Amino acid sequence: MTQIPTSTLPKHSSLTTTLLAVARHKAIWPLAALALIFLIDFIISPNFFSIRIVEGRLFGSVIDVFYRAVPTAMVALGMAVVIGTAGIDLSVGSVIAIGGAVITWRIHAGDPHILILFWALGVGLLCGIWNGFLVAVLEIQPIIATLILMVSGRGIGLMINLLYGGTNPSYTSALLQGISTGHIAFVPTRLLVFLLVFVLLWALLRRTALGMFLESVGANKKAAYLTGINARLVTYSAYIICGLTAAAAGVILCADTHTSDPVSIGRNIELDAILAVVIGGGSLAGGRIYLGMTILGALVIQALTTSILSSGVPPEYNLVVEAIVVLVVLLLQSANFRSLAVSIFARRKR
Amino acid sequence: MAEQVTARVEMLDVSKTFPGVRALDKVSLRLLGGEVHALMGENGAGKSTLIKVMTGALSGDEGEIRLDGQTVEIKTPGQARALGIGTVYQEVNLVPTMSVTKNLTLGRQPTKFGFISWRLAREVANRRLKRLNIDIDVERPLGSYSVAIQQLVAIARALEDDTRVLVLDEPTASLDAHETALLFQIVRDLKSRGIAIVFITHFIDQVYQIADRISVLRNGRLVGSAPIGEMPPLKLISLMIGRELGQTGLRLAGDAPPSDAPVMLEAEGVGKRLMMEPLDIALRRGEVVGLSGLLGSGRTETAKLIFGAVKPDAGKITIGAITGGHSPSRSIRAGVAFCPEDRKAEGVVGELSVRENIILALQSKRGWLRRLSQAEQEKLAAEMIKTLAIATPDADKPVGQLSGGNQQKVLLARSLVSGPQVLILDEPTRGIDVGAHSEIVQLIRKLAGQGLALLVASSEIDELVAVADRVAVLRDRRKVGEISGADITRDNIIHMIAGVQS
Repeated sequence: MTQIPTSTLPKHSSLTTTLLAVARHKAIWPLAALALIFLIDFIISPNFFSIRIVEGRLFGSVIDVFYRAVPTAMVALGMAVVIGTAGIDLSVGSVIAIGGAVITWRIHAGDPHILILFWALGVGLLCGIWNGFLVAVLEIQPIIATLILMVSGRGIGLMINLLYGGTNPSYTSALLQGISTGHIAFVPTRLLVFLLVFVLLWALLRRTALGMFLESVGANKKAAYLTGINARLVTYSAYIICGLTAAAAGVILCADTHTSDPVSIGRNIELDAILAVVIGGGSLAGGRIYLGMTILGALVIQALTTSILSSGVPPEYNLVVEAIVVLVVLLLQSANFRSLAVSIFARRKR
Repeated sequence: MAEQVTARVEMLDVSKTFPGVRALDKVSLRLLGGEVHALMGENGAGKSTLIKVMTGALSGDEGEIRLDGQTVEIKTPGQARALGIGTVYQEVNLVPTMSVTKNLTLGRQPTKFGFISWRLAREVANRRLKRLNIDIDVERPLGSYSVAIQQLVAIARALEDDTRVLVLDEPTASLDAHETALLFQIVRDLKSRGIAIVFITHFIDQVYQIADRISVLRNGRLVGSAPIGEMPPLKLISLMIGRELGQTGLRLAGDAPPSDAPVMLEAEGVGKRLMMEPLDIALRRGEVVGLSGLLGSGRTETAKLIFGAVKPDAGKITIGAITGGHSPSRSIRAGVAFCPEDRKAEGVVGELSVRENIILALQSKRGWLRRLSQAEQEKLAAEMIKTLAIATPDADKPVGQLSGGNQQKVLLARSLVSGPQVLILDEPTRGIDVGAHSEIVQLIRKLAGQGLALLVASSEIDELVAVADRVAVLRDRRKVGEISGADITRDNIIHMIAGVQS
């Protein structure tokens, strides 16, 4: 889409060709946006990039951006897979809420904390099975199918809380809080967990043929089916993956507040995740899954939020400024907009 | 002749050119009142363009249209309607979820004090249906009625009190025999009221049931027009296909089909209601079987049923030692590959690269866990790009950016890479330039020589004459016979399509 046919380009020296190749690379716009945001941060507060070690862990604004981006980025990875199949999963926030409720419930029930992690992932798996059933088997449109769990999930979380009484039950767990807010060898543990999830998912998609099958189902379901791909099963797997990544993000978010608060945990995270995928170059029409680029997208969103909050702009403006920056990034990525801009510019010149 | 009678509609030397195509070339057509006039022609003959010019959906570049002897200008569908020309298009332009009343009055709802009066609308709807002697509940959603009734509602919508001409574009395409009879009854009734009816269909049998006169278009020209009695099926089909009988074409296949070779795929009584009558077909090792027939005769349907792209509701398919369970994934695993006719919608995966498209079928055969390594993928893609001379700057270009002919080659490459024993090709040379055309025809023979069993569905009789060891001939969604060996000539195929003993 963003590629310019090479035949129409005049001949250039190898350096220019390299520069052009860089300019046309899909990562350039999100990277530029991220660099620009960091640059502005640096101008406003010159010690933005300073990293210190406090209490045995890395500390600093940049680290903070990465740290806070983890839950959204993790949800966005799963979202990228679903969007790659031309689907969408609106229920990720609810998966997080149910996961948080189940974690708290099982801790109160006295389960070993290592088991709690499997409970959480089990919730993600179940939610993925549910969404996948609606989308892949019953062939309900994904936006409607996942809306069902999105609407009901937080209620389910509240009902789980009622199992053992209490409205916002809290807990302490060295293991879970270690994963969420702890650090290993100066590095925040959640960054390492994220890296693990990313590598696992990347291997699942790119070291098997699943990624290609997902993309071919997203780009042309009929052709994929005629090629012998079990389109139903492949679509199903996308929702299960998305449920699992959401549940993993849920562990981190829930342990951060060490309470089960189904009403507000992970609120609107589905929107940030979708946005991260789109900023990363994913198309809602499906067909391509860019895992690395999706992380970039999540970082852009988080950098923006952090910068606005730390720059002294009143927080009331936060959402509007965020919307404007996201719009600009998306416009820059749109081939239509770029050609429009080029043609307007060319007319001016004449 | 009927020259002295004033024609209801007379089109004189109508031409229409689209960029690069002369869609209509000085076509003249006379429609008489009280006559069913069948308009025949293969794909791209110009039928739709002619109808669109007549009904105002397109305007002709030159030529004249006379209605009852008076020259008229038809620039918009509204003008055509006002002049009494009603049209029922192929894709029914109705809304199935709306009531019959709404469908019949949509866009021209009767109003009272500026608001729609549904009481009046119901009256209008009932009056319209009464013209066709149909009595149905107009408040029910249209979609709750059978396709035949929906088709009649579409006709009722097109029909006014002063309708002089009614155009029916493939009205029977999705009707069964009983429903078609019902429709024809109504057509005969309209005819008796003096309306001129233009009837477009691909069903040869139906033409002889209902039409009074046949006009044949080919490549934008009128190549024949005669009363039904002077246009026997054989003449009609030769006119449509556009070859004089008696010519012989190139033949690459041998004259003796390998009748003792093992059967690789056998279909027995495979069919699907409203799609294809049950048929038998066997594909032998090293043999090319052609599927011939006119547009709409069921070539693509047969290919899809045999591959399992569409589930048959009758019969069984045996592939090697495996019987039943028709689905693309099972067929591919059993060693059957399929290149669909509609490559954009059903073939290529536009966003994926040439390399990924080429290995897709093989990868799906291997399953998702046994991924082909990057090196293996690149090797296979490079081999195929070379063998089939696919014009692409590199194997990582998204296949959607290639030309049609190259996309077709990528599809062929995908099938070949999957290592099939049976290869089903639906229109393998459509939309391909002449050079690539002969390359693919040669390749088909070469593959048969290597021991593949091939099924080739094609609209081009010459192509089948050139490559096939056996040709199954289809007419009106039925297999009407098989020709093999030296008997495969254009004449014999045309005779069989026309239903004439040769």
